[in-house]
Amino acid sequence: MATTYRTCPISGMQFEDQAEKLMRWNAVAGVLWLLVGGITALLVILTRWPAIKLLPADQFYLILTAHGIDMLILWILFFEMAVLYFASSVLLRCRIATPKIAWLGFWLMVVGGIITNVAIFQGESSVMFTSYVPMQAQPHFYLGIILVAVGALLGTCVFFGTLVVAKKDKTYEGSLPLVTFGALTAAIIATFTILSGAGILIPTFFWSMGWIKEIDAQLYRMVWWGLGHSSQQINVAAHVSVWYLTAAVLFNAKPLSEKVSRFAFLLYILFLQLASAHHLLSDPGMSAEWKVLNTSYFMYFAVMASMIHGFTVPGAIEAAQRRRGFTNGMFEWLRKAPWGNPVFSGMFISLVSFGFLGGISGVVLGTEQINMLMHNTFYVPGHFHTTVVSGTTLAFMSITFLLVPVLFRRELILPKLCQIQPYLYGISMGVLGLVMMGAGTLGVSRRHWDMAFSGAPFQYEWPGAAYLMMGLTGIFGVIAVIGGGLWILLIVGSLLFGKKLDGGNVSDKPTPIPSNTQAASAVAHGSDHVPVPGTVVLALLLFVSFVLYYFVNWKYLSEVWLLS
Amino acid sequence: MSAILPPSDRLWWKQPIDKVEWAWIAIAFVWGMIMFGMMIYWHIYGKQNLSNEAYKTTPELFAAKAEKFIAENTIRTETDQDIPVVRVPPGGDGYLIARLWAWYPILELEEGQTYKIHLSSMDYNHGFSLQPVNINIQVIPGYEHVVKMTPTKKGTYAIVCNEFCGIGHSWMLGRIYVK
Repeated sequence: MATTYRTCPISGMQFEDQAEKLMRWNAVAGVLWLLVGGITALLVILTRWPAIKLLPADQFYLILTAHGIDMLILWILFFEMAVLYFASSVLLRCRIATPKIAWLGFWLMVVGGIITNVAIFQGESSVMFTSYVPMQAQPHFYLGIILVAVGALLGTCVFFGTLVVAKKDKTYEGSLPLVTFGALTAAIIATFTILSGAGILIPTFFWSMGWIKEIDAQLYRMVWWGLGHSSQQINVAAHVSVWYLTAAVLFNAKPLSEKVSRFAFLLYILFLQLASAHHLLSDPGMSAEWKVLNTSYFMYFAVMASMIHGFTVPGAIEAAQRRRGFTNGMFEWLRKAPWGNPVFSGMFISLVSFGFLGGISGVVLGTEQINMLMHNTFYVPGHFHTTVVSGTTLAFMSITFLLVPVLFRRELILPKLCQIQPYLYGISMGVLGLVMMGAGTLGVSRRHWDMAFSGAPFQYEWPGAAYLMMGLTGIFGVIAVIGGGLWILLIVGSLLFGKKLDGGNVSDKPTPIPSNTQAASAVAHGSDHVPVPGTVVLALLLFVSFVLYYFVNWKYLSEVWLLS
Repeated sequence: MSAILPPSDRLWWKQPIDKVEWAWIAIAFVWGMIMFGMMIYWHIYGKQNLSNEAYKTTPELFAAKAEKFIAENTIRTETDQDIPVVRVPPGGDGYLIARLWAWYPILELEEGQTYKIHLSSMDYNHGFSLQPVNINIQVIPGYEHVVKMTPTKKGTYAIVCNEFCGIGHSWMLGRIYVK
């Protein structure tokens, strides 16, 4: 199939025509789902804010189901498809494999997403994102998700195929770039995830049609979380890749060590899937041995991987900044970083939030015994808003500020507001996560409409601090929604009204990545080593916070009723 | 050169790893082992471990056992719904049914005594969330979970349902007395 290649004059990156269109459509579809997810977020927040309690119970549960599906599946998956096509076709400068299949995947995801949303808004499928059996949704609720999964699987296969095309056409020499390697990690985890999803949702669809009599409720939870949690691990691999990408584009940063960073991604592939167990720690059906081994990703090897990335990403930036001459003291490299550039500020807030808030809370929550203090409380959504939102979504938002001029060839409108957006969104979302976790620590339930329990045969009064935390959740939730809405406004506004930019030269043939000279290789061989003391301090700060918070929770646990 | 280009050194896996990076990897590894060991340590020496004892059951079987327990041990009824308050014999077995949308019956326990509390659901998933102690256990239909509990303080406790179970989820509130 004939195609053309455009070399972007701003970034020097090369975009193949089909890949470029696919990335644009996937990114735009993702943003539209984020809009739906954001509106539902506002309704959820305003209902859980005890002073407002906007929606009646049935509408609240409906909207909460939509919020989970539209954010966790649709917004993120569509954007990740764009990331996969970028990491393969653009970074390797090759044509995309089988674009027709990629389009088929895209439309399957669009149709599936709409079908599931129709099912939810018809009102008979308020079963939450998790849709635990035997609570039953309408058949098309499951069918839509299955179509989305098939579409995503096709997109993932196109990604694998594109890697093969690049190898065959010799558009690069040596090994894959680190960012592409990270995307490959995400794609491998995605394949596992989607197969788990098919393994449970297809039988559940059959069950909703009456073709299967019963699905074991415990088995459902185990296999479903092979989809539910592993899909969040796709996000981790994807947004870590986006961090490396941002560091490379803005600072020309190279990894401290290719070996260490790639090894950390490899650990993700090997161990992240075990995280299904994180949701089953307080379940009856699994033994303690199974829980301990799985919840720790087989002895915390995937946590180790994340700690490695948490060191090497800022380390790469510090080394690059020091090479540029920002060598004074511990932190000149960080102080003189481009804090006014939303691509950087968003990425760095994402890194810090994911590490300090999301990472630490996740490991504590995933500790077998400590989980009993938090299981199904508001702590859980608090935790994942600091990972999937402050971490993944913010990383995707910040890279989009780069993609608007490069991929969509439009200048960003209202640059001052673009500067503010990552701070507004990132900080409010971080505080939101913290106060949600605070409420959860006090016992407040997730997915619960009424803290006053009206209609119950008894009374239970939550501590005053719990109401305070829920009030703060309301306030910071609204600010976060404003920050997210601002992003959608800026991006969509730029796409529609931004000044058109020059697309650059178009050619019939791809220009391969220039091969390295011998001299460059010699330099790279350890001889340009730069120490990174600032990163060491940040990493030790993370470690100390981690250890303290971890043992504080064991202390809490030791004070509750005795259980055995 | 950078993370978006192929490694400039084609033999990147032969590059030495910096000492500081090694040190951080070592810290991360040792910390992981400590956290892993901590869970095992708590199983041996800790006093709060979730029971491993669980059986496959059916709603009918479990309800029959629970009704027998209630008939034998009820000491009074409470509220206008006449919910039985059942005194669990110290050291003995107590049954707690989770169903749409109530915890049934009310249990009465004694401080410092150990009880085997059997949990199961008649319909959907439910969440046993004991407040204000804040112990949270998943309750799944078809599974009978036998949890050994020793209350450490007298008082009136609430059981909140914290797994979404439909429209009445928010008023599914139960009660445990500890004398």
